[in-house]
Amino acid sequence: MFRRLTKPISPSAKREERIFYLFILPWLIGLVVFSIGPVFGMLGLSFTDWRISLDDLQFIGLDNYAKLFDDPIFWTSVGNTLYIVVGRVVFGVSFALLLAILLNQRVAGIAFFRAVYYLPTVTAGVAVALVWIWIFNPRLGILNYTLKQIGIQGPPWIFSKTWVKPSLILMSMFSVGPIMIILLAGLQGVPKELYESAEIDGAGNWAKFRNVTLPMLSPVLFFVIIISVVSSFQNFTEIRVMTEGGPGESSNVLIWYLWENAFIFLQLGIAAAVAWIMFVVLMLLTGAQFWVGRRWVYYEADTG
Amino acid sequence: MTTRKRKETVAWRKSVQGRRAIGIFVTFALLLPLGIAFILPFIVMVSTALKPLNQVFAFPPRLIPETVQWENFADGWYGYGYVNFTTCTWNSLKITVNNIIGNIVSCTLAAYAFARLKARGKNFFFAIVLATMLLPNEALVVPQYVLFNRFGWLDTHLPLMVPPWFGWPFFIFLLRQFFLTIPEELVDAAKIDGAGHARILLQIFIPLSKPALATLAIFAFIGNWNNFFGPLLYLRTPDVQTLPVCLVQYQGAYGNTEWHLMMAVATIAVIPVLIIFIFGQRYFVEGIATTGVKG
Repeated sequence: MFRRLTKPISPSAKREERIFYLFILPWLIGLVVFSIGPVFGMLGLSFTDWRISLDDLQFIGLDNYAKLFDDPIFWTSVGNTLYIVVGRVVFGVSFALLLAILLNQRVAGIAFFRAVYYLPTVTAGVAVALVWIWIFNPRLGILNYTLKQIGIQGPPWIFSKTWVKPSLILMSMFSVGPIMIILLAGLQGVPKELYESAEIDGAGNWAKFRNVTLPMLSPVLFFVIIISVVSSFQNFTEIRVMTEGGPGESSNVLIWYLWENAFIFLQLGIAAAVAWIMFVVLMLLTGAQFWVGRRWVYYEADTG
Repeated sequence: MTTRKRKETVAWRKSVQGRRAIGIFVTFALLLPLGIAFILPFIVMVSTALKPLNQVFAFPPRLIPETVQWENFADGWYGYGYVNFTTCTWNSLKITVNNIIGNIVSCTLAAYAFARLKARGKNFFFAIVLATMLLPNEALVVPQYVLFNRFGWLDTHLPLMVPPWFGWPFFIFLLRQFFLTIPEELVDAAKIDGAGHARILLQIFIPLSKPALATLAIFAFIGNWNNFFGPLLYLRTPDVQTLPVCLVQYQGAYGNTEWHLMMAVATIAVIPVLIIFIFGQRYFVEGIATTGVKG
């Protein structure tokens, strides 16, 4: 890159280059001020005893990280986060794949169902989280009432330590809209000829799915798995509105742990350490995504 | 007689039409119940919003209220002295509209640069766009809080309204992908006519990119309207609150949550999103499919 920077270029190319930097300037300023700056600031602050004021900071080295790793609640929240991540990847992604396969059928009214399945994703917010508290109500909620009609005694859902995480995973399965659409686009991208030749070889539906669909879909599947892992780190709204990390610490996930330390316990140095760890994990995930999947996310990346 | 009939059934099941018919049956047998399940939360919300309080706790739960109590909407809206929904709605609307415009302006410029301008260092900067695309804001919230505190922006709308004017990697990527599909010849023709890049962007790219801009506007609308984390973090006084924070304050405001009123205001809060979604769902699908898997 630096060798190329010193190469002489024509005045018109120089002008174009100036316009390029002028046009990306707002984004570049935002990147430095709101992202890169904060990231490094956060790293620095994670080595201090920062509580409220920034004026009297003591450098304490890795003490925050040591304290963090000694805190059993931190490990509980790591475990809870992993639980939810795995649940959302296993159940959420397979459910989204099932929906995508259904929406890929040539039957009437598909556009309507696509809209219906996407709907809970756009309305995912405080209002709907409040509705879910009501749906999950063990005694009066619609969920346990429905289960009772088919002879199942429903669990206490978000009000029990064992069931709170499965409840959150179940609820998140209603907002798989984006990954459902990405998988649907992936399914539609599988060449028809592959299915036709599989049929000639006498393959049934399962064999076609197993030997054509899944391999052709694997890069897209990887991408949606990464997306659902990343979004599992963001489930703040549900936790804040529905459980506040409870009962006990059973739904205390990393983002809630971070929030509590930063803005409730005012242990900002520790919160910075948590945030930095989260940032590294998310960057590693993004890196993995590009390393495995540059083929389909980079598209015409080198045009121009 | 019966064996012949059975043989015929088996033959029909194996025939092309038979397979197709069974396929359609199975598809609908799954599509329909799932569709009902996906709409159920809304039905629960609206039906609770229409019930008198004593029927909310009735067992068995009824989806269709025995008596419809329309007053819930007005009572919910004006219900609590210190939660002013008119103010909250106005604040949400103001922030959302500002952020949509800010995102469109800043992201259009950057997307045009990445799609159509040649410059040294471009690939490097585009790699940064891609690298930051999946990074959720939640991971940066602690230092950003410090930053905005330093700026003296806490308890104002500035921490929510200023950053959108400085681009958003996902939108830049989305628009760039769209800009790449605009034929080079159009740009060349405009250049021969002596048009500069600002004019090419304004007079060719923007008019041709209405679907992509609509996608961006819809995503930005929904994201900002539903945003809970930011307002909860930066806003303190009731006068500056946004709708999601107001809704939460309803929760157990007097020790006991008045579910019928809370669901009424929740319904009101969701309606704009529903309207935008119904009219814009085509753009949604296209926008997500573009960023996910064009290749």
